[in-house]
This record gives sequence, C-alpha cells and structure tokens, in this order.
Amino acid sequence: MAENFFLDNPDLQFRLQHLDLSEIVEIKEQGYRNHAQHPAAPRSYADAMENYRLVLEVLGEICAQVVAPRAAEADEQGAQFHDGQVEHAAATQDALRALRQAGLTGAMLPWQYGGLNLPETIYQMMMELVARAEPGLMTIIGLQETSSAINEFADEDTKARLLPRFARGELTGAMVLTEPDAGSDLGSVQTKAVLDEASGQWHLSGVKRFITNGCADVHLVLARSEEGSADARGLSMFVVERDETVRIRRIENKMGIHASPTCEVQYTNTPAILVGKRRYGLMRYAMALMNGARLAVGAQAVGIAEAAYREAATYASQRVQFKQPIAALPAVGRILLGMRGEIEAARALLAETGYWVDSLKAYEQRLAESEMPDPSLRQRQKQAANLAETLTPLSKFYATEMGNRVCYQAMQIHGGVGYMREFNVERHFRDVRVTNIYEGTSQLQIVAATGKLLGHALDERLAAWAAADYGPELAPLRQSLAEANALFLQATDVLKPQPRPVIDFYAVDLVQMAASLVCAWLLLQDARLDERKRLLARAYLAEYLPHIHSAGQALLAADAAALELLA
Amino acid sequence: MTYRSIVLVKQVPDTRHVTGEVMTADGTMNRSALPAIFNPEDLHALEMALQVKEQYGGTVTVLTMGPLQATETLRQALYRGADQVILVSDRKFAGADTQATSYTLKCAIDRLGAFDLVFCGRQAIDGDTAQVGPQVAEKLGVPQITYAESILSLADGEIVVQRAFERGTEIVQCTLPCLLTVTASANQPRPPSVRQRIACKEAAAPGEYPALLQKYPAYASAEALDADLARRGLKIPVWGAADLTVDESLLGLGGSPTQVHKINFVVLETTESKEIPPTPQGIHGLIEELVREYVIG
Repeated sequence: MAENFFLDNPDLQFRLQHLDLSEIVEIKEQGYRNHAQHPAAPRSYADAMENYRLVLEVLGEICAQVVAPRAAEADEQGAQFHDGQVEHAAATQDALRALRQAGLTGAMLPWQYGGLNLPETIYQMMMELVARAEPGLMTIIGLQETSSAINEFADEDTKARLLPRFARGELTGAMVLTEPDAGSDLGSVQTKAVLDEASGQWHLSGVKRFITNGCADVHLVLARSEEGSADARGLSMFVVERDETVRIRRIENKMGIHASPTCEVQYTNTPAILVGKRRYGLMRYAMALMNGARLAVGAQAVGIAEAAYREAATYASQRVQFKQPIAALPAVGRILLGMRGEIEAARALLAETGYWVDSLKAYEQRLAESEMPDPSLRQRQKQAANLAETLTPLSKFYATEMGNRVCYQAMQIHGGVGYMREFNVERHFRDVRVTNIYEGTSQLQIVAATGKLLGHALDERLAAWAAADYGPELAPLRQSLAEANALFLQATDVLKPQPRPVIDFYAVDLVQMAASLVCAWLLLQDARLDERKRLLARAYLAEYLPHIHSAGQALLAADAAALELLA
Repeated sequence: MTYRSIVLVKQVPDTRHVTGEVMTADGTMNRSALPAIFNPEDLHALEMALQVKEQYGGTVTVLTMGPLQATETLRQALYRGADQVILVSDRKFAGADTQATSYTLKCAIDRLGAFDLVFCGRQAIDGDTAQVGPQVAEKLGVPQITYAESILSLADGEIVVQRAFERGTEIVQCTLPCLLTVTASANQPRPPSVRQRIACKEAAAPGEYPALLQKYPAYASAEALDADLARRGLKIPVWGAADLTVDESLLGLGGSPTQVHKINFVVLETTESKEIPPTPQGIHGLIEELVREYVIG
C-alpha cells in the first residue's frame, strides 16, 4: 500500500471514528445549509465525518510521501538567514507547496473565505500528522492558526483582505508576543504602539525575540498601547502586514526544529491595525491565540512521539542480541508498551480537550446568533468554557512531557546507534525538546491548570465517568479509578487552603495526578469499544494507578519542610 | 489560445512492492496480490497537462483502458484537477498487447473529436515497453515527442519541447496536434486537492452503483443516484467497443500479435572482481572506465 500516515495509524482512525461532533458540526455548518453554495461543504453529519476522514487521508499521503522522506534533509539544511532575509530549506519549500496545492492551508477558516470550516479537533489531528513527518514544518503550517484569530477578532475589512489569501496559502502568519525581557511574563511587554489621533493610524516600535516564523507575511503583535501602563492591562493586539519597516535581525541557532525559523524582529514605526478592543491584547486575544497553539503543540508532541515510537518498535524487532530480537526481551517490551500507552492516552486527552474547545466555540456562535437563547445553552456554554480552560493546559502539559519521555525511551531502545546522527531518533529527541518549553512551559501550564483544579473544575466529569457502565470485565478497573477519584478530591481539598508557596510547590503533583486520572478514564471509555484498547487500558492502569496514589499521598501530607530548604 | 489536452493513463500493479508471494511458479505475476496504483510516469504526464491548462487555459480529459477497478485511477485524476475522465472498458478489449491497446485508445480519442495535445507517461512499470504512446501517435497520424521533460514554448500552433536522455538533452519543435511521452524528471506531480477529493468522492461508473448505494443509503435508487451524479458531473462514462468506431478484429487478444512464448528467470551472477586502489590514479581509472562503458557521463 502507498504510504499514508493516517491510514497506517489505527489509533488515529479509532479517535476519528469515535468522535461525537454531531451537535458542533450542525452548528458550524448552519444546519448543513452551506452545501448549496460550497460543493465541498457537508450535506449531513455522516458526510462531514467522511470529509474529515478524506482531509486526513490526503494530508496523511502528503506527509508520508512528500514531507517525511526529506525530514532529515530539512533538519540538516534548516532555515537560513542571509542579508535580512529568511530562506526555508528546499525540502520545506517543496512541502509547503504541496500543502498549498492540496488546499490544506487555512483549513479552519469558514467557507466564505475559502477555508474548509474544520473543527479544532480535526485540526489537531492534522497537526499531529504533519509533526510526525517534520515538526519544523508543523510550526509554519500550524501558525495558520493566526488566521483563525484574525477571523474571530479582527474587523471585517482586515478579514476580507487577508483571509482568502491565507486560505489560498499565499500568506503565512506569526504570533509575535515574546520579548527579550518578557517571556513567561508577557505582562511586561515593552513594544510600543502609538496612535496618531489625526489619522487614526497605529504604529509599532520595538524588538521581539524567539518569534517562530517571524519572517511570515502577517504578524499578530502584542504591544503596549497605553502609555505609562506597566502591566497586562496596558497591552493590545495588532495586525501587521510585513513591509520594509519590519526588520528580521537574526535567526536562532537551535537544538531542534531546524526548519522552523526562530526570528528576532524589529519594528520601526510600523503601521498596524488594532485587533478588537484596546487593553484586551493579552488577557483576551493573546490567550485565545495561545490556547489554540497550546493544543497544536500538544499534537505536535504526539506526532513526534509517534514517529519515535515507530522507529523504536522497528529497531527492536530487527536488532538481534542474545539470539533474539530485543523486542522479545520483557524489559524492552515493557518500554515499548509504556510508550504506546502514553501516546494513545495523550491522543485521547487531546481529542477530549478538542471536543470541549469546539463545543465552546459552537455554543458561543449559537448564542451570538440567537436573540432569545435557550437558558440551558448558556449553561452548557459555561460548562464547555470551564472544561476547555482546564483541559487545555492539562493536555499541553501531559502531551509534551509524554513526548519527551517517549523520545528519551526511543533513543534508549536504540542503544548506542540511537545517539548517532544517522538515526532518525536522534532528530526526534532534539525536536521534541522544545514542545514543553514554548507556548508556555510545563510549569506555566501547571499554574494555569492548578487554579482550575482547585476550583473543582473536573469534579463533574470525573463523577460522570465513574457513573458510566463499563460491563463486568472492566468493573474492577472502574472501581479502582473511582477510588482514585476520591483520593484526588481529598487531595484537592487538603491543598486548597494551604499558603500559596505550598500550593505552588505541590501543584505539579496535583496536575500530574489529574492528567493521569483523566487519561485513565478516557482509556477505560475506549476499552468498552475495542478489544485492543481493553488490553491497553489494563496495562496503562497497572502502570499509572500507583503513580496516582503516590502523588495523592504527597499531596495529603503537603509537607512544608521542603520549602524551608528553598528559603 | 487555449488547448484541449488528452492524458492517457494506466492502472498498474505496484511492482515496487513485489515479494515472493507475488510471483507465481510459472514466472508470471499474481496481480491481485499487489496494490493497484496510478502508473507513476502517467502522473507526470497529467501534471504537465494540468500546467498547460493553468498557464494557457483549456481542458484536460483523462482516458484509461482497463477493467472497472481502473475508475480509481480516473478519480485520482479528478482529485488533481482533470475536467473529464472516461473509462474505456469492454471484455473485447481484454488480453490486448501494445498494438491492440494503442488501436483501442486511438479509437477512443477519435470519438472525443479535435484535440491539441496528447500526454502519456514514458512507460508503465508493469510492461516497461514504452510502446503505447508512440503507437497511438502513429495511429492518430500526429507527430510524437518522446522523453519530454519540459515544454519550453507553446504558441501559434507550435510546441518546443526539451527531451531528456541519459547523457544530455535535445530541444525539438513540432506542430500541433502532437503526442508527448513524459519522463519522471519533468515535474513534481501535485498531490490531490482536498476540495476536489471531497467534491468528487462519489464519482463512479454505473458498474459501481451497487457499492455506492450501500455506502450512501440516502439515495433511493440507482436511477436517483445516476441522475444526481450526472447532474454534478460525477458520472464516469464507460466506452465499450459498441461505443467506438472500431474494427473488432484488431481488438483484445485477437488483435494482438505478441505471444508470450516462455519466461526465463535471469540471475545476474558475479563473475570476476577487480580491486581498485584507493589512490587518485585508481579512482581516475575507474571513472574513465565507467564513462567508457556509458555507466556514467
């Protein structure tokens, strides 16, 4: 069979098959009326699901046949910088052309702008496919997400001017937030935005650093619009269409994702368009942008992990030591099984998160459309918002830490040769390392998730999962997890009233515990549907239930003694 | 000036994945054991035709001769932007060698009417004859440019083409209409467009309707499906012998002078070895020898 990264991945197909986006897609597709004007728009929910599958099939083919065979070349050559201009590696240019020709750019944009109106959940699957092939390329194509933010928040003129070009693949985007002294602490951004009152034109001046794809045509820039302010409330978001006032000063020499140019960008009196309302730049627009990007990076980590797992599994089945393939050694087999369980758990968690993010967007759209919204709709919108805000940092944390663990183990299985440049796993190991650093470090995800978890944001879902019927065979696993639920709630209540430094010290245990618990429930849900998943769920619970308990015990003790050592 | 292009394509077994199970005891191939694919060089021919259409306007019609399953190749052409696809299929065409095949394709092209350009892949990976394109040109009575690598110009009823050889290129000019056989070095074939993939997903020949009705229960009957597909331009026409003006004695097995007499396994064995000293002189000598033997150059 011709190589295809979607068709060769039964777990990804399983995830797609068991998504229930029916309510979301009905809202997104205006009750399937879009088909009349747009021949590629679905005529029914079944039609939509088939179309999503076709999108993933087409992308899976390109990833396997065009992108992946040249991933090592893209890494070796990397993005280059000459005379103020960034040049993509030849392999990256060819890959971008293929994606453009296939019409896979701007895929989340609405039909009216030439997009495919795809839900976030499907988009994440696309990002996983691209990242499995070449994670540097994924950052460039993933930043198409900036066009979704423009669609959501920018004025009609800007949308009409830019979005069709994004959909045709003529424009690429960059989210321009970080500065030398404003990384995790974005509230201290210094780039200035000045309004010329007479003409109503904004201009930006300042330097941004670590800007992924900063050579893009369209920038979404976070800048200080309120003179004299010093915090997040003085920041606004701007669209910049790159011109000669935007200078790329250098690109970084990185450990991995070499095909992704990381730029230092200087704005000198650069014309800019305000997005949405002043002062909402960070809290509203940058957060929305980052939340989408965080899921995409989670998917990126899953994609790299998938590639590394396959390298390791193939190697272990071929490498003979002690007269047998090393995969037959229980110690090696256990590592491989653990990798697979974690990858499938992360994929399930991302799909669950995507579901709530898509639900939130769909309910918001319906609320905006209806004059007298059903009160239950507002209730469901609140529930979706709560879960999207909780699960997004949880997913980003879990998926990217998982990606690092899996690549570490994949190299371990290769032994000495895995440490050599000739083997792909060395590249995966370097590429995955950034995923738990950029788009908010794991430590920032923990902060974001902890606030929600201490507010009992997950209680309702945990209870619902525990109340479901899993059949007699899975009943003991359900019981164990229900007990883990109770321990989690108890631990939450113990931690909540503690002083802030104690909470921050133990937050990692709480978030790790929550992530493992949610993943275990999701795998148990899957186990009802599929024999293969049943075995996987058992193996995953056997491995991670003890971890959940140990984190729970640490939280129940919440021993402040360690903090004294830090003082 | 716009151009009416015809592309001849073939569905072939994916011989890149030949394994022990695929070869039968008598040395022939068990085709059902291999996946059927779009003949690779035909994708380059299609790409060249699509580029002509994009640059100058016009239409791209794709023809394939084969069994019903060959519609998959035609759908692949639709996904990439072909305007019209036709399956040339009839039991009477079966068992054709290159002569009978090229005759049948010629008759199908006759039915299409006037054209400017016919594109074929240089050769198919199953037979490796590279004969069908040239024979079609002969039978149509139009000039042929084989090994076409790029179109350098196209204007005023004339085409200038660069041909690729192992040791160089040649630039030729000819009048339209003409036929080109296209090499793999010509271009990078485009991937399927996802919009076309979605919009043309139901494209089918009538022989495939039963399967389609099962997959899409929303259609009440084969007639309803047929009407909907025809309306949306997704019905793949099938031309049999009765639909073409043909001399039936020239079709299929009966029209094929080629007879497979015997198949031999050829095993290449190492007969002698030669040591090349790792010195500049040794390497120089090796290079000279390889150039002399036309291995490189």
